[in-house]
Amino acid sequence: MTDVISPFLEGAVRTATPLAFAALGETVVERSGIINIGLEGAIICGAFGGLVASTHQGTWLAIVAAGISGMMVSMLFAFFVTRLRSDQIITGTAISLLSLGLTGTLYRQLYGPAGSALTTATMPVLPVPFLSSLPLIGSALFSQPPITYVLYVLVPALWWWLYRTHAGLGLRAIGENPEAAIAAGIRASSTQFAAILFGGFMGGVAGGVLVIAQAGTFAEGMSAGRGFIAIAIVVLGRWHPVGVAAAAFVFGATSALQYLFQTMGWDLPYQVFLALPYVLTLLALAGIAGRVRAPVSLGMWIQRG
Amino acid sequence: MSELAALALIGDMLVRATPLILTGLAVAFAFQAGILNIGAEGQLLIGAACSTAITLKFGHTLGAGIIIVSLIGGSFAGAAWAAIAAELRTRFHVLEVISTIMLNFIALYLVSFLVRGPLQEPTHIYPQTETMPLYARLPTLLSGTRLHAGFIIAVLAGVAGWWILQHTAAGFRLRAAGKNPSAAKIAGKINIGRTTRNVFLISGALAGLAGAIEVHGVTFALYENLSPGYGYTAIAVALLAGLNPLWVIATGIFFGALEAGASALQRDAGIPVTIASVIEALIILIVLAAGSIRSLRSLQSSIVSNESTAEIA
Repeated sequence: MTDVISPFLEGAVRTATPLAFAALGETVVERSGIINIGLEGAIICGAFGGLVASTHQGTWLAIVAAGISGMMVSMLFAFFVTRLRSDQIITGTAISLLSLGLTGTLYRQLYGPAGSALTTATMPVLPVPFLSSLPLIGSALFSQPPITYVLYVLVPALWWWLYRTHAGLGLRAIGENPEAAIAAGIRASSTQFAAILFGGFMGGVAGGVLVIAQAGTFAEGMSAGRGFIAIAIVVLGRWHPVGVAAAAFVFGATSALQYLFQTMGWDLPYQVFLALPYVLTLLALAGIAGRVRAPVSLGMWIQRG
Repeated sequence: MSELAALALIGDMLVRATPLILTGLAVAFAFQAGILNIGAEGQLLIGAACSTAITLKFGHTLGAGIIIVSLIGGSFAGAAWAAIAAELRTRFHVLEVISTIMLNFIALYLVSFLVRGPLQEPTHIYPQTETMPLYARLPTLLSGTRLHAGFIIAVLAGVAGWWILQHTAAGFRLRAAGKNPSAAKIAGKINIGRTTRNVFLISGALAGLAGAIEVHGVTFALYENLSPGYGYTAIAVALLAGLNPLWVIATGIFFGALEAGASALQRDAGIPVTIASVIEALIILIVLAAGSIRSLRSLQSSIVSNESTAEIA
């Protein structure tokens, strides 16, 4: 049984890693009352930035470069949303479209129209001594590329920051009651701007993980809707870092069902597995409806603070 | 450029414009009602799939009449696909932005399955359906071009859409629901749930029709990459038109020219065709910056805050 379950869990964690980075970043953004549909754009920009950087630099620097790429494109979103007060959904859609087009164009220009042969060194798996030999979950959780381990630190750190620091309280206050937050002297739009940059960085890292820790190559549109899935994960995780990480794992597990079915020899059209995460998103969002509460001012325009 | 080549290019622009006008109308209708339907792409694909299936199955019994049956069938299929998002929004409060994007991916994989499974061409080599018989193809409008009768349908849909929005009670309800749902509900006694559902259905039907026309006028078969993202370009088309159906005809032709031009540039100058989506995105951002469509949803809250600021000042 272990030889079926372990690869399945490993696959689940692997697929969940980029989703978790993107969703944790978006959690902070949404807690400040902003919904960034342009997250998809940050991911694809991160993937491309990571690829370009990885041809010159080591894997860690490439991941940082990926994060910065995601942050740069999110800065555009932040400017439109917090300064020009544009509609968040439409701006986000435009940013995604822009990023998909821009990365596709640059990729074809830099690496030729096909460009498919381009591969890059990937981050090797680094088993954690002792922990990785734990039964069942050991190899799934602790025999991964080290970028995954960053998540294990990030989740509690984010929780602590959001719930135990003054700055975290201020950020949540903007999302819940902007007027009161502004009256209390919190600089709302600057905080939101910073939150969007953070979310963009995390989205970029997610893209970097796809290229540098997983695929080892770039493909046009390889973000494949992960930004939108991440936004759904934030809802399922109830805007809480621990919940979001758990929801990301559930999604990873759904995608990894493919491996499980293959090992079990069950034959289903492969498109079923490809469509499954999207179907699950819809079912989960419908199922959770009415039982979760979003930050009150999410998606709304607020007065500049 | 020779006269013939110029004519062919104009034909290509209008051929490209046809699905863009229809999906642009789909988006414009939805956005006018405050519904952010990003799902035109999926609705178009489902329309195309259903339309192809109907034609291949019943074409031999109906002859040319199959075109009409199939276009209607495609519209219904697009509407049905949009109805999923409508139910999710009205019944379960699922953000339609998320649900329609998810449905786009599901539609894509559904088509991918169909063209490799039940609808695959008889030799089972290529991932596409059988090619449609000649009688099932939309007539060409201009000889020497690929321009087909679907363009006329798209233009008529634009005019009809404008008339419905501006001159009928249903159009008024739709716009009222979009501008201020609570006022529309309380002062206007408008059933927001029903209006939302209807708008989703109309929007989906328009996108489904776009898909049906595409298979009857251009591709004559169903395959995966049938749409180069018409449903996403449609957002730029609708926004640049200020969500006005008559203007959608113009902006649809503009973007059709842009995409046909981009394809020609790729062929002749090696400039990647993806540059077209960069331009589209920049146009959306410029329109946003110009503020003409600022805030479909938060207009109300900005008015309130501006007024309170004025009072304090």
